[in-house]
Amino acid sequence: MSGTQKAIVRPYGDTTGDGMVQVSFTLPVSHDKRAEGAAVQLANRMGIDPAMVVHAKPMGDGFTFFVVYGRVNHLVDLNAVQVVERDFALLSAKDVNTVIKQRLRRKLSVVGACIGTDAHTVGIDAILNVKGIAGEKGLEYYRELKVTNLGAQVSVPELVEAARAEKADAVLVSQVVTQRDAHLHNTREMSAAFREAMPAGRRPLLIVGGPRFDETMTDELGVDRIFGRGTTPGEVASYLVHALITQRKAMA
Amino acid sequence: MTGKLDLDPVLVARARELARRAGQPVVDLARSHTTVSVERAVLRLAGVTGADPDGIPWVNRLVDAVVADVGLGHGVAVPVFDALTREGITDVTLLAQKAAAGSVRFAVPTGRAATAARSAARRAVAAGVRRIDRRRAERDRLIKRHGDPKQRPWIYLIVATGDIYEDIPQAQAAARAGADVIAVIRSTGQSLLDYVPEGATREGFAGTYATQENFRLMRAALDESSKELGRYVRLTNYASGLCMPEMATLAGLERLDMMLNDSMYGILFRDINPIRTFVDQRFSRQVHARAGIIINTGEDNYLTTADAVDEAHTVTVSQLLNEFFAHEAGLADWQLGLGHAFEINPEVPESFRLELAHALLARELFPDAPLKWMPPTKHMTGDVFRGNLLDGFFNLAGTLTGQGILLVGMMTEAVVTPWLSDRDIALQNVRYVLGAAGGLHEDFVPAPGGFIRRRANQVLGEALDLLERIGEQTLLTAIAEGTFGIMKRPADRGKGLAGVAAHEADYCNPATEILEAAA
Ligand code: B12
Repeated sequence: MSGTQKAIVRPYGDTTGDGMVQVSFTLPVSHDKRAEGAAVQLANRMGIDPAMVVHAKPMGDGFTFFVVYGRVNHLVDLNAVQVVERDFALLSAKDVNTVIKQRLRRKLSVVGACIGTDAHTVGIDAILNVKGIAGEKGLEYYRELKVTNLGAQVSVPELVEAARAEKADAVLVSQVVTQRDAHLHNTREMSAAFREAMPAGRRPLLIVGGPRFDETMTDELGVDRIFGRGTTPGEVASYLVHALITQRKAMA
Repeated sequence: MTGKLDLDPVLVARARELARRAGQPVVDLARSHTTVSVERAVLRLAGVTGADPDGIPWVNRLVDAVVADVGLGHGVAVPVFDALTREGITDVTLLAQKAAAGSVRFAVPTGRAATAARSAARRAVAAGVRRIDRRRAERDRLIKRHGDPKQRPWIYLIVATGDIYEDIPQAQAAARAGADVIAVIRSTGQSLLDYVPEGATREGFAGTYATQENFRLMRAALDESSKELGRYVRLTNYASGLCMPEMATLAGLERLDMMLNDSMYGILFRDINPIRTFVDQRFSRQVHARAGIIINTGEDNYLTTADAVDEAHTVTVSQLLNEFFAHEAGLADWQLGLGHAFEINPEVPESFRLELAHALLARELFPDAPLKWMPPTKHMTGDVFRGNLLDGFFNLAGTLTGQGILLVGMMTEAVVTPWLSDRDIALQNVRYVLGAAGGLHEDFVPAPGGFIRRRANQVLGEALDLLERIGEQTLLTAIAEGTFGIMKRPADRGKGLAGVAAHEADYCNPATEILEAAA
């Protein structure tokens, strides 16, 4: 962070420090004066004060949609922000291959799948298939990686079995459907199954990914790493080398 | 043909001929095989209802019991009705219960017993088909009473809360806000269940289970809305996955109006065995034909895994195949909601003109089909404002090219299954475009020799090349090699293959006999 940048910030509308935000939401009430008042009250409780209801539209029976503008009182302390920063070096495909070859001296085995009832494979395929994404080739393209892509709607027991059979160093799981927290339930079930099936030292590295994950939830979900929206295969390969080889050797 | 693109009628006829050539071997395969789900559909028509205490339908228990004794290849109708006579009962559901308890043995009768079982089965199944006929007549009456939507395209909206009792008020609100068609999206995972769940359900993920009771509840709610609004509001669900034939049957029995029913979706996107799918497909389409249901095909989905420009011709090829399979199963042109979609990357130069070319090509190739026009999904992002703009262009392309059924795009496509307010904003978008430019298709004639005409003819040419190639191998090989949606699906793999059997010489399916006699 540059020295001149303030650590405490507010939202920016059109002037520094004005704190202006815009939110929209629906209340389950018919549109009338009281409904608009209710919207203001909610906005106030969210820290928006003064709050202006700039749009209110009745929807069907007993619902109203609001757009609210206003000044939010909350401050953001940039020093207190918690995110998962990339704590490993980004390596080229060539470097990844070299490190694995020289230091692991065998192929690194990766097993990937979409678990539960989720059938969205485009994300995991983007990471694993040669075709890749965003101009980067997927993990299959890496000579020193052995990739097994199990595809969609794989059950947790099937995944554990495949990980065992392939002697997986890492298991990569994708979860895209999030309604009713399906992605969280499935991930917990998966990590618990691995904990049950294999002793700590023998367990593969557990990685989940998908567009709606919170990357800070690794402990809660029992996994080693979470990758979110816009992940590229290069990041994943670099992380694998870091977690399974460089860091591990450094700790040993 | 309306002739805005100068398509060569000789090439168009050739494309249809090639589609027939590619599709016919698959039809032959479907005519010589049956599946557990086809047989369960026959039993549903014959009157078997309900489920055991674990929620497994009696039709499943009964088919399993018959298969255990005599296999699937004779069809279950004759063994079941033969057993009914031997047990001295008339209630087929009761027979299923006894069979599940292990107290009934099944056999393949011969001679007089076989003739008697055949005609008893035929009578029972005919009664089921008559129920479907009555529901169709009832739809015709209600349409006459309440009227059809005033405008084309029909406005098609999705509800997907997972809970039928939440879906109902949302669907009614959507209808009031202008929806002409309500689709209840199914829960994830249902397509791979080899049985149809029973009863009203409240616990789906990203969709609501398709059950006969949920169908009934929603249809009744929309009948109320139709009355209130003075226009018949249509209801859509899915005949897809492992229970396609049963879904079609239940839809006919509960007067659903449209069904998602693609010839290849299950193969490509659920890894269901290709043969299982094609056999189930044909039966389900025959039922849809009889029930007066409009099918929606799924070409739009290919463009979510394959590029919408490079692979545009695979959509055309699939539409031609879907048309062939549909006609063969007895569906009329007005029942063919062939799918296509606005999925070109908006960063591609002239993306909108390309979309118009593709949409108009579909319109002109299938002038009498309603066509289901699907909104952008793949290139939608968390930037909901940009999403709303893209949806506006999608609506404009739809009206400019005379699409029949417009699936309303949601600006929150990349984020959540639609909220109440998303739907309202999306409908406002549609209303604005249709209100401001609803008749623009009259004035929209792409310039001769111009970009749009050239592009449409190019896609048709590529479709012909692909159809020629498929003709040289077979459709099953093409699917195995990843021609559609770049998904590779070999015919000897995939889910549900164990539930397929070749017909024995004495195979009997009274439902197919009745449905084919009418066609
Ligand atoms: C394509 C698509 C489909 C295709 C999927 C085809 C296929 N073979 O994958 C089809 C048409 C089959 C489909 C079906 C359904 N879909 Co869909 N679909 C989409 C769509 C349009 C794009 C998703 C996509 O491909 N993104 C592109 C990829 C590259 O991005 P990504 O998945 O985020 O992956 C990246 C990162 O997240 C990360 N990543 C992802 N996984 C992993 C794993 C690891 C290990 C790592 C390291 C990284 C990583 O890296 C990737 C590359 O950067 C989205 C909407 C949207 N625009 O996002 C809806 C969407 C995901 N679908 C949705 C739904 C509900 C469904 C259905 C359940 C609908 C239904 N009820 O029938 C069905 C589901 C079937 C099922 N059983 O799952 C919802 C999910 C809502 C939610 N939040 O819960 C969405 C958001 C649409 C919506 N608004 O309703 N869908």
